[in-house]
Amino acid sequence: MRVALFIPCYVDQFYPNVAIATLELLEKHGCTVTYPLKQTCCGQPMANSGYEHEAEGCSMLFAENFAGYDYIVCPSGSCTLHIKHHLHTEKNAPEEAHIRKTVYELCEFMVDVLKVDTINASFPHKVGMHQSCHGQRGLHLSQMSELNAEPYSKPGSLLAMVKDVELIQLDRIDECCGFGGTFCVAEEAVSGKMGKDRVADHVRHEAEYITGADMSCLMHMEGILKRQNSNTKVIHIAEILNGIDN
Amino acid sequence: MNSTITNHADAAIQFNLDEPRVDWHDKTLWFIREKRDLASHAIPEWEQLREYASQIKNNVLSNLSQYLQEFEKNAIANGVIVHWAADAAEHNQIVHSILKKHQIDRMVKSKSMLTEECGLNEYLEHNGIEVIDTDLGERIVQLAKEPPSHIVLPCIHWKKEEIGELFHKHLGTDKGASDPKYLTAAAREHLRETFLTRRAALTGVNFAVAETGEFVVSTNEGNADMGAHLADIHIACMGIEKIIPQQQHLGVFLRLLARSATGQPITTYSSHFKKPQPHQEVHIVLVDNGRSVHLGKEDFRNSLKCIRCAACMNTCPVYRRSGGHSYHNAVAGPIGSILTPNFDMRANKDLPFASTLCGSCSNVCPVKIDIHDQLYKWRQVLMKEGLGPTTKNASMKMMGWVLSKPSLYNISGKAARLVLKYSPFVVSNKLNPWYKQREMPAPPKESFKEWYKKNRG
Ligand code: SF4
Repeated sequence: MRVALFIPCYVDQFYPNVAIATLELLEKHGCTVTYPLKQTCCGQPMANSGYEHEAEGCSMLFAENFAGYDYIVCPSGSCTLHIKHHLHTEKNAPEEAHIRKTVYELCEFMVDVLKVDTINASFPHKVGMHQSCHGQRGLHLSQMSELNAEPYSKPGSLLAMVKDVELIQLDRIDECCGFGGTFCVAEEAVSGKMGKDRVADHVRHEAEYITGADMSCLMHMEGILKRQNSNTKVIHIAEILNGIDN
Repeated sequence: MNSTITNHADAAIQFNLDEPRVDWHDKTLWFIREKRDLASHAIPEWEQLREYASQIKNNVLSNLSQYLQEFEKNAIANGVIVHWAADAAEHNQIVHSILKKHQIDRMVKSKSMLTEECGLNEYLEHNGIEVIDTDLGERIVQLAKEPPSHIVLPCIHWKKEEIGELFHKHLGTDKGASDPKYLTAAAREHLRETFLTRRAALTGVNFAVAETGEFVVSTNEGNADMGAHLADIHIACMGIEKIIPQQQHLGVFLRLLARSATGQPITTYSSHFKKPQPHQEVHIVLVDNGRSVHLGKEDFRNSLKCIRCAACMNTCPVYRRSGGHSYHNAVAGPIGSILTPNFDMRANKDLPFASTLCGSCSNVCPVKIDIHDQLYKWRQVLMKEGLGPTTKNASMKMMGWVLSKPSLYNISGKAARLVLKYSPFVVSNKLNPWYKQREMPAPPKESFKEWYKKNRG
């Protein structure tokens, strides 16, 4: 199985360990992984700001970089969703259609495609799970609290295979953290308040770590935790699943 | 409040100056969201009901003119006088002319978001007609000379102590009294006299049934009935999208409406009005005010399915932390943010950005409007129209350019991660709003790309 690794630009720049964990995790589970070196960014920050038209170049580059693989896997629900919904340029229609169909967020790839049933890792900590909205409500990684439907969680089912993890309960299981791309600066007051409230829910329930499938939300919450000199840390789910214990 | 601020982000800054109050506002609305969850989860066929409602409304939007004509025919046959208003001004004139004809200068009005949208109260007052809002929440904001901040709970931003203060001033209740029962009783007393002496009553319309020419008004206080039954003239104003085809469809909508709005199984009063009582005149004003143009916009038309339950507001994490007035329109929250640019793109260009696109609104919406997708689409329309700030236009262009050139990206990445200079959420500059409440991650020794080349290259 030839898998292309799609690493969001801010993960490449700020959180290389998350990318390394993703790569190692996929290799452990039998994938042949390539990281196309010419990748930059999926164009989401521009598109969500209303500048889809300025992201054309990004989209074209993306299609060039990621054509010809069986699957494309990304440790971010939000970037995956963007490609799935918005990778449409005039130029490479068949490749783009293939890409849109075969791009997966890491957790859904492990559950739906690799059908992973054991994970060799241990993480003896109290962990709070953050449901990033684009992964959850966009890609349906977990059931959504608004709907009258059976609960499930793909990231949750993976975490359940990790030894010694203690998942904490939250008061609001899937409230947005307020990152929202450019929202986090354009609407700083509300974004900061949402982040503080989200973090407080985890801290109140004694989380040692907040984990999730989207580093952007975690970066936002980490920024708030650090400002508060909190002992609670953030960790991407790939790092837990790959068996790194910080 | 700060209704003079017409930019959501600025109004939100003001609102957030008092953090405990934001917490209170957030919790009050979240409580309603939780009640909605309980009520909707108690009905196994809930999601099916939403689907029915959505399809019925889709059918209505596709056949609107036909249903409107059917409704008009049946309403006239029932003895109701039907008026058509192309816009807010015409709507206001029609209401005024009815009152003038009967030499009426005082009127009671139950809740109607449409009349808020049309600015009816101000218009009538300007023409010497006194309007008293009889919905308790509406009356409170009316006494406070404020617009409502929520379409179902107009004064949800007021604490009971503050209402006590307001009533003390206007209705002479005891100073310092804040017991809701006491205050409600005082308001009742005050309104009773009003009801008995007004010859005209205006109500909104929740559903108008094409098949029968009847219309339904849902309230919890019974104030619409009280007004309409006691008055000689009943004027009902509705947007043209309020039509439903058949009476049996009420079974779907009435089950959804109150559960979505407040978590009640049904509103206390669902009043059906069909034929005028003897010696009474009933008027219906059908208002377009931009709706038919809106209907022609493929990407945005289905927001006309809205039944004004406000579930999308209660669930919206931004609304809960910025308050209804920050949306500077009669209809606030996520639905307001996709409706109002249809009326005036320039004046409301900030609203589609007052969202994280989390999508919770679309999930609670009883008629399945794709609210968050429309927010995204409005952003594209607005920026393509050139309504973005020049600096943002330039930085997005630059960012698009750098990110489409791997060589530039790699150089800039190495050189102090320059690429991120163009990414608005990570500008490494202490003046960046990011730093107000957050720290940035410390840049690592090497990027993943550099690591990969060394270790797997
Ligand atoms: S958009 Fe949907 S959820 Fe919001 S008020 Fe309208 S019907 Fe209710």
